[in-house]
Order: sequence, then structure tokens, then C-alpha cells
Amino acid sequence: MIGQVFHGFGTGAVYAALALALVLVHRFTGVVNFAQGELAMVSAYVAWQLVDAGLSYWVALPLTVAVAFGAGALAQRLVMRHAGDAALIMTIGLYVFVHALAAQIWSSALRTFPNPFPGGPLGIVGPLGVVAAVLALLYLVIRHSGAGLTLRAVAADPRAARLSGIRVGRVHALGWGLAAATGAVSGVLIAPVVFLEPGMMGGVLVSALAAAAVGGFVNPVGAVAGGLLIGVAETLAGTYLWADLRVVVPLAIMLVVPAVRLSAFSRVRA
Amino acid sequence: MRRLALVALLLVSACRLTSADVVLSSPAECAGQRADGLSPDRVVVGGIYPLSGPASAYAAVAQGVSAYFAWANARGGVAGRQVEFLVRDDGYQPARAVEEARRLVDSDRVFALFQTLGTPSTAAVRGYADRRGVPQLFVASGASDWGDASYPWTIGFQPTYAAEARVYAEHLLRTRPHATVAVLYQNDDFGHELLTAFEEAVAGTGVEVVARRSYEVMDADVQAQMADLAGSGAGVFLNVGTPKFAAQALAADAAMTGWNPLHLLNGVANTPSLIAAVGPAALRGVLTTNFYKDPAAWPDDPAVRTYLGAVGKYVPEADPSSSQVMFGWTSAAAFAATMERMECPSREGLMAAARHLRGVELGTLLPGITLSTSPDDPYPVEELRVFRFADSRWEAV
Repeated sequence: MIGQVFHGFGTGAVYAALALALVLVHRFTGVVNFAQGELAMVSAYVAWQLVDAGLSYWVALPLTVAVAFGAGALAQRLVMRHAGDAALIMTIGLYVFVHALAAQIWSSALRTFPNPFPGGPLGIVGPLGVVAAVLALLYLVIRHSGAGLTLRAVAADPRAARLSGIRVGRVHALGWGLAAATGAVSGVLIAPVVFLEPGMMGGVLVSALAAAAVGGFVNPVGAVAGGLLIGVAETLAGTYLWADLRVVVPLAIMLVVPAVRLSAFSRVRA
Repeated sequence: MRRLALVALLLVSACRLTSADVVLSSPAECAGQRADGLSPDRVVVGGIYPLSGPASAYAAVAQGVSAYFAWANARGGVAGRQVEFLVRDDGYQPARAVEEARRLVDSDRVFALFQTLGTPSTAAVRGYADRRGVPQLFVASGASDWGDASYPWTIGFQPTYAAEARVYAEHLLRTRPHATVAVLYQNDDFGHELLTAFEEAVAGTGVEVVARRSYEVMDADVQAQMADLAGSGAGVFLNVGTPKFAAQALAADAAMTGWNPLHLLNGVANTPSLIAAVGPAALRGVLTTNFYKDPAAWPDDPAVRTYLGAVGKYVPEADPSSSQVMFGWTSAAAFAATMERMECPSREGLMAAARHLRGVELGTLLPGITLSTSPDDPYPVEELRVFRFADSRWEAV
């Protein structure tokens, strides 16, 4: 039982990281980015390529996060900026495009990804720690930096922000960049377990969307809590109730949570 | 003049649409049978494979088939006919597979569909092949469904998943008659067929399935299932996953130092991609089954040497050491053997030949394994041999 809960937290940490990315994009640009998982998958490939070229894991990780930040911002500037009302559909288009591109470049062969954390229950602490660090970092950036202030201003009222001289387009790009960087962490965290291949984030995205829904797509803490909750619930449901139930868990949570939104989450806004 | 040309074009196209090539000449019992795409010196066949999408690793099968036909054409063709092999991509989507089958039959006028790959695509095309009376020969899927008598135009090739399960059961009964078994299986027809057949085969014996856990193809990973199965402490682990999940299970098994069961890896998962990803250390001692020669293990075999030369010459982009390329080559050789045994040069004749294969030997099948069918037994290959992963490759047990 304890072991199963630990495994649930491990998977949940990955959901939480991707959910965090979804919340960032939604909060700062008002769009649910269905391509978030695929961007994370490409980031994992970038990390793999760097490690394969001989870099150490702990050098490759920040490099990857930086590349992901750039790619996310670029995707916003080049594609999403012109999407207008079709933004949601555009992210689905981006999903298909990025997926096909990755399959073209890296083929769909399975690849081994180095795992910096030890196996067993203790290995769960690593991913959880990384996600906690990312959450803390985001909190610092958004709450206590100039860029964070403009981000929050744009999120609160884009029009007023624009009128007071903030370049809203750039801030949107910043939001996408931050989200892609956060998503990259989730891709890198799960790649050692599931093996690297273009479809690796498909199942993760569904759970991450549900986790983001727990935070109402605006609350980072709620999203992280949702991710962990879903990770544990899936694992326990699959083990102790009925194997087929595992797939239903994120969907059930997506349905139930908007109805009984935990008020505690809505108060703790990062 | 232009009008005349148009009329002529219309007439020609009308003829193309309505005329079916019918066998006119001898032997008498063949008269009236259909032979589109077949002439005395040429035969057009079409194959549908996932060249793109999630299962695109199986595109290697098409490379092996292409290599065989190119090699056969250079040596005078199959039964005196040059083979024109058309490869289409379904992206592993059943709907696209049907669309491509329709294009191959209606527009390219193929004589037969030689191979569709995967259970979903094959099942989707089966109804169309049956309605149009087009052979769907030696499909690349181990489901038992392809022996269904209500679809006489479809026939399988490789041993069924049930046959494979029985081989594992027999091996255990012989070597570990009181084994406890933990099973990880994919929650779909493939997983259920293998698991059910295994449980039936060990029912009433000393071998007992003590734990079974499933996963969905949408799941991210199988870590939790593996932790749970390890808790059973079973002496044998039966891994019934597709390559990605089977690889995760292998890695998880290797990482768990407290549980070291005999690991049985199902044949579907035994791909070069899995072996490369998991690495030889995690595979050491693992058992699997096969029915054709692994190019890496039989480099000096004459049939394998021919194969290696032909793949290198005709499909240089293929990896000849890949077991999937070899699978494609072997199934194409089976198609050629069937063409040679065709009594009527027609679609009916091809299906009749496919259901009357009597101990046909192919160079790349393992020694002692032959193609055998009869109208009551439409399963060409039914035997498998057990292999153990030694230091770097599979070795016969």
C-alpha cells in the first residue's frame, strides 16, 4: 500500500509539472495549450541529444530548460500571436505538427534516457523535489520580479496593461516561455521511466489537464496538488479497485472538481 | 478532334471500370474465376503498413517484403511473373487502411492484398476484402481471428498469440512444473488472448498464475503494476506488452533487486528497438519465442546469407539485422511459395493454394518449422521455438 502511494506520487509529480505549465499559459494568455505535452516531449529529446553528445545530466538539464523557454516564446511569437480567436484550435494544430516533426527527426524507435535518481521508493523524492523547486522558482519570479509584475498586470487586465505602456505581446511570449520551460522539466522527469518516443506524453497530457482543472486552470498550487492527487488516485484505483478504472480517474476528477472546487485552493494564489 | 479524344477517353475509362479480368483459357474448372492484376508475366500486389505514426517501427516489415520481391524479380520473378509490389501507409489507423485497400483494389487493380499489418487495420480491411472477393493474404498479426471461416478471403501467417501462450506453458511445465507466475498484460484483445490461452494451458497443473495486472495503451508507465506484481514474489514473470510497455517492464524488473523471476517476453515485444533501448544487461536470461531465423544468430546460414545480400543490394536503407525485416522477407517467401502452388491463375486459385500448403519449407524458417494449412486448419505457421537471451543475442534453448 505504502509502495503504491509512493509510485503514485512519482507519477503525480510529472503530472503536476505539466499541469503547472498548462496553468501558466492559460493564466497569462487565456488559452489551454494542448501542445504543451508535445513541447515537453521535444524538450526531452533535446536533453537526450545533449546527454548523448557527452554532456553531464546536470549541465544538459538547465540547457534544455533554456532551449525550451526560447522555443515556447518563439512558438507564441510566430504562431500563436496571429491565431486570434482560433488560438485553442491552433494549439491542437501545433500538437499534430510538433508530434509529426519529432517522429520525422528522431523516428519512433524507443530510446533510453538517463535517470539521475535512484530506483525504489527513495527515487520518488527526486522528482518531487524538482517539482517543488520549480514551483518555488515560479513563485519568486511571478511575485517578486519586475517581469512577474508585468505578467500579473497582463493577466489581470490586458487592455489596461497595454494602455499603461506594457508590451502585451512580449509578456505573452514570456508566459509561453515559462510554461515551456516548466513542461520541459516534466518531460525530462518521465523520460527515464517511459523511454523516449514521440507518443510518450499522450497519456500524461490527459492527467495533466485534469490536474490543471483542479486549480481551475489559474491556480498553480491547485494544479500541483491536483497532479499529485491524480497520480495517487490512479495508482490506487488500478491496484485495489479494478484495473480498467485507472483510465477513468483523471476524467472523473475533471468532472467532479469544478463542482466542488476546494475554496482553499482559490485563496492561495501564487 | 478534342471531342473525339474525350469520347475515346470516356470509353476507355468505362471499360476499366466495368471489365474484370476473367480466366478464359484452360484448365476448364478455372473458367470464370477472377484474375485482375494477374497476367502470365506480371502480378500486382499491394501491402498496407504503418509507415508513419505510433507503430512506424513496423515499416521495416515492408522493407523485407520489398527486398524479397526485388530479389525474386531479378531471378525471373515469382512463378514466372514479375511482382509489382505497391506499399501504402495507413499510419496504423484502421479507417485509413480501408481507404488504402480500396485504392489498391479499385484504382491500382491489384491481384491481391499481400499483408496488412496489425490487428486493428487487418480487421478493418477484412470486411472489404470479403465483399470484393480480394485475397488478403498472410496478414501480419497474431490474432486467432484470421482463421474465421466466414471470411474466406483472409488468412493469417504467424503463430497465433494463443499458440505462443501454449509454448510458454509447455516450457514451464517441462522445466518448472510448480512455478508461480505473475502476468503483466495489455488490456485489449492481444493481451486477453495470450493470457487466457496461457491460463487454459496451465489449468489443472502445478503451474499457477498468482498475480495478474493490466495496463492501458494510454497509460504513461507500468511502474505501479510492476511494484504490485513484485509483491506476489512469483518465480516467473510473463510480459505480455507491446514494445514500449514491455521495455518499461523489463527495465523495472532489472531495477528491482529483491525480485528476480524468470522473465518471459512475448514475441510481439521482441523488436530491435526494444533490445537497443533496454540493453543486454536487462535482457540476460530472458526467454522468448520465434519461428524464423534471427539474422544476428544465423549469419552463416545459406538462406540468411542470401537474405543479407539481397537486403543490402535492393533496400540498402533497411537494417538487415532487424528481425522485422526478416519477418517481411519470410512472409514474402511464403507468398511466392503459394503463387507457385496456384492451380488456377486466379484470386480463387490463390486462396485455394493458401489453404492447401502441405509442409512447405522456407529457408528462413527455423529448422523443422513448415507452412501447413488445410481447409480446416487455416493457420500457416503453428510452431515456435524457445530462445534465451545470452550475452548479446538470442540463443536456442
